[in-house]
Amino acid sequence: MRVITLLSRMIAFGLVLGLGVVSGEAQEVVVYSARSSQYGPELVFDAFTKKTGIQVKTFGGNTSELFERLKAEGDKTPADVLISVDAGNLWNAARAGLLSRVDSPEIVANIPAHLRDPENRWAGLTVRARTIMYNTKKVKPEELSTYDALGDPKWKGRLCLRTSSYIYNQSFVATMIKRQGEAKTEAIMKTWAANEPILINGDTKILESIAAGQCDVGVTNTYYLARIVAKDPAFAVAPFWANQQTTGTHINISGAGVTAHAKNRANAIKLIEFLTTPEAQQMFADHAFEYPANPQAAVNPVLAKWGKFKQDDINIAAAGEFQAAATRLADRAGYK
Amino acid sequence: MPQASDAGRVFTARPASVSPWVVGAVGIAALVAIPILAVLSSLTSPAVEIWVHLWRTQLVELTWNTVRLLAGVGAGTLVLGTALAWLVVHHRFPGRTVLEWALILPLAMPAYVIGFASLGLFDFAGPVQTALRRAFGESLRLPEIRSYGGVTLMMVLVYYPYVYLLARAAFRAQGGATLETARSLGRSRVVAFLRVTLPLARPSLVAGAALAMMEALADFGTVATFGYRTYTEAIYRVWYGMFERVAATQLASVLLLFAFALMLLERSSRGRQRFTQGMRRGPATMPLPLAGWRAWMATATCAAVLTLAFLLPVGQLAWWGIEAVREGRVSRDFPVLLANTLSLAALAAAAACVFAVVLAYAGRLHPTRAVQVAGQFASMGYALPGSVIAVGVLLPLAWVDHGAGALLERVLGRPVGLFVTGSVIGLVGAYVVRFLAVSLQTVDASLTRISPILDDAARSLGARAGGVLRRVHVPMIRGGLATALILVFVETMKEMPATLLLRPFGFNTLSVEVWERTSEALWHEAAVPALAIVGAGLLPVILAIRWSTRDTRGR
Repeated sequence: MRVITLLSRMIAFGLVLGLGVVSGEAQEVVVYSARSSQYGPELVFDAFTKKTGIQVKTFGGNTSELFERLKAEGDKTPADVLISVDAGNLWNAARAGLLSRVDSPEIVANIPAHLRDPENRWAGLTVRARTIMYNTKKVKPEELSTYDALGDPKWKGRLCLRTSSYIYNQSFVATMIKRQGEAKTEAIMKTWAANEPILINGDTKILESIAAGQCDVGVTNTYYLARIVAKDPAFAVAPFWANQQTTGTHINISGAGVTAHAKNRANAIKLIEFLTTPEAQQMFADHAFEYPANPQAAVNPVLAKWGKFKQDDINIAAAGEFQAAATRLADRAGYK
Repeated sequence: MPQASDAGRVFTARPASVSPWVVGAVGIAALVAIPILAVLSSLTSPAVEIWVHLWRTQLVELTWNTVRLLAGVGAGTLVLGTALAWLVVHHRFPGRTVLEWALILPLAMPAYVIGFASLGLFDFAGPVQTALRRAFGESLRLPEIRSYGGVTLMMVLVYYPYVYLLARAAFRAQGGATLETARSLGRSRVVAFLRVTLPLARPSLVAGAALAMMEALADFGTVATFGYRTYTEAIYRVWYGMFERVAATQLASVLLLFAFALMLLERSSRGRQRFTQGMRRGPATMPLPLAGWRAWMATATCAAVLTLAFLLPVGQLAWWGIEAVREGRVSRDFPVLLANTLSLAALAAAAACVFAVVLAYAGRLHPTRAVQVAGQFASMGYALPGSVIAVGVLLPLAWVDHGAGALLERVLGRPVGLFVTGSVIGLVGAYVVRFLAVSLQTVDASLTRISPILDDAARSLGARAGGVLRRVHVPMIRGGLATALILVFVETMKEMPATLLLRPFGFNTLSVEVWERTSEALWHEAAVPALAIVGAGLLPVILAIRWSTRDTRGR
């Protein structure tokens, strides 16, 4: 029957493709990346290959699913490097034994301590600042101060937030727990919830809503605003650097670690070292509007206009350590 | 005159020997059920503490939200899909031939992409409300689109094609004689529709609505975009937010209960009735030519649905896409992505349909509980969120890799990599697990309409079961089969979580490309691959529609 011949051909095609992935070449490094290759890494990897001759092969996917694949593949994994967004995810991968310790003086020198795993299993590559955004026509910066103060009743109905399911919010609450303790954090979250924030899924959407006047203030990552401002300098939203008098503005990272069963371990370390150099950091910063993790690299001109700010320098591993607690806390506080 | 009756049993094989059909069906079901069992196995270590926490904080709210979403989506798709199919099959009006296939198109795009695009158009900051505020004052407020009403409407608009496609196939298969007979007995057209056409098509209509509801049940992307919290929210909160994948899987397995309830509902709606028609279907449908304002009303209705569900969001995407193209932010290897996407979809559609025919036909030949339960159980993957079932597929595959790999290594004396995990076979397997429900429901619904008298006649003339299937049934269920192929094909093209997790290394598809952009919220850039998915789906959809309508004209 025709159908059967067709099917068997298709199965053969499948097997060929399936078996084709087994072999590997010598000078390469395989990256599992939760960071879209379109937004920075592709360029940086090209530069790495040009410099070292080592081919970079990437496999993109969502962090939590990549974690499962890496775990299921165990010692057979082709992955040498795991790149992830959000420190909590890196912390979780390290906890599960998927990442291995790397003692590289170069990485230590390039990346500040609070952006690295205390046990050197992962390091931050870019810094993502999450701060208060306000409508420049309706809010004066003097009215703003800290994240905690967004719970002030004067912001009732004027606040736009992402849901607490959003990983960056979970990490935000997690570091707050580390800083202020669970009871205090829960009390703050309750005041946020009492302000009946308009929950909007998407940082860009929040910024658009602030500009359109649906709300007056919100909390988002700065690179979303930078993307908009780069095209539309008149966009009526500006960042306010929160907590400058206290703990500093909350930051998160995208970062990388070498897998526990890396076949090309030396190349993997070389790649991460390269990614932390000012040269590579510059490309990330220029392309994706994030802050370079290496303080020696210059920030994008769009960001430079917003001035320097004090980062919260608590070790970002706290984002993972307290993430589960943060999720539960948000549930209890009624912050959806 | 066709009739819903109790009469007639399918000619069964002698009980002494075990039929190869049953063996095949049970075998397929067992294979497909492995990932579902992997999901269920999470129940062996209950995460009591997490359940208690969820119960205290949100479980009731989320469950209620899910139930009312399902009710809204079920009722909405049923009404809209049936009405449109009725219009298109039994009437003639301007633009009908184009609308007939165009009305399927909303299905070709990932629901969350349509959702996001619509949201971009209609939310507070979107162009529509902005223009209205400009015209009527800044204080103007429309009802919030991020709400139960908004998300339900959205899902009805995206999922009605399930009902539409199945209803269309059913109405076509009924032919014109049914309706004409009722009319000749003095019934008005509307009464004939309500009393004859509709009841005869019931299995198909309910199957379509059940698919739409299962889709809504498993959905996370669309509801999250709309900020509407359903049960899947709890699953991902626990998985992503608390790093508790096993507990999350446990939560997900409760969705299987929902799905099971839906299937029972679907079965019981058929009851003990049979929905068969006589051996000769008689003449093809004779669409009633509509004239004057009625004709234009029909055109306008179909066009309005198409505009809201498809043209507007696609227009928004096109607008974004042009911007992305101008900025040169479009993938360089588009042809490869397209070829990969199409070949995967074709493989998955073929496999899911062959499996469905075997399962459905085995159920027809041997309507025993075992065969039926096997089919039902195997098709439950559809009610699980994509990434949950993807991990359910991943774990057994990796297990095979490690087990068989160790064996191979001993034989070959050299290390062996992964050969099932991340192979096309593993991925197609995942698609089949996820979408078997779609093909099975569709094929089963159309097979049910064929009178067992035909089987008996063919068998009494000496034909074997396989021969009867090939020479009698397959030609008769052509429409249903085409529908099943289209549905699985389109579903596969837009499927994202399993594709991301299980695809071979370096093997990217259009939906991976969509992910590459949406994961960084680069929606403008995601527009191009999203539109390519729609474009790539177009040709097969049109071909399949042609193929399925040919029989109503030719013979």
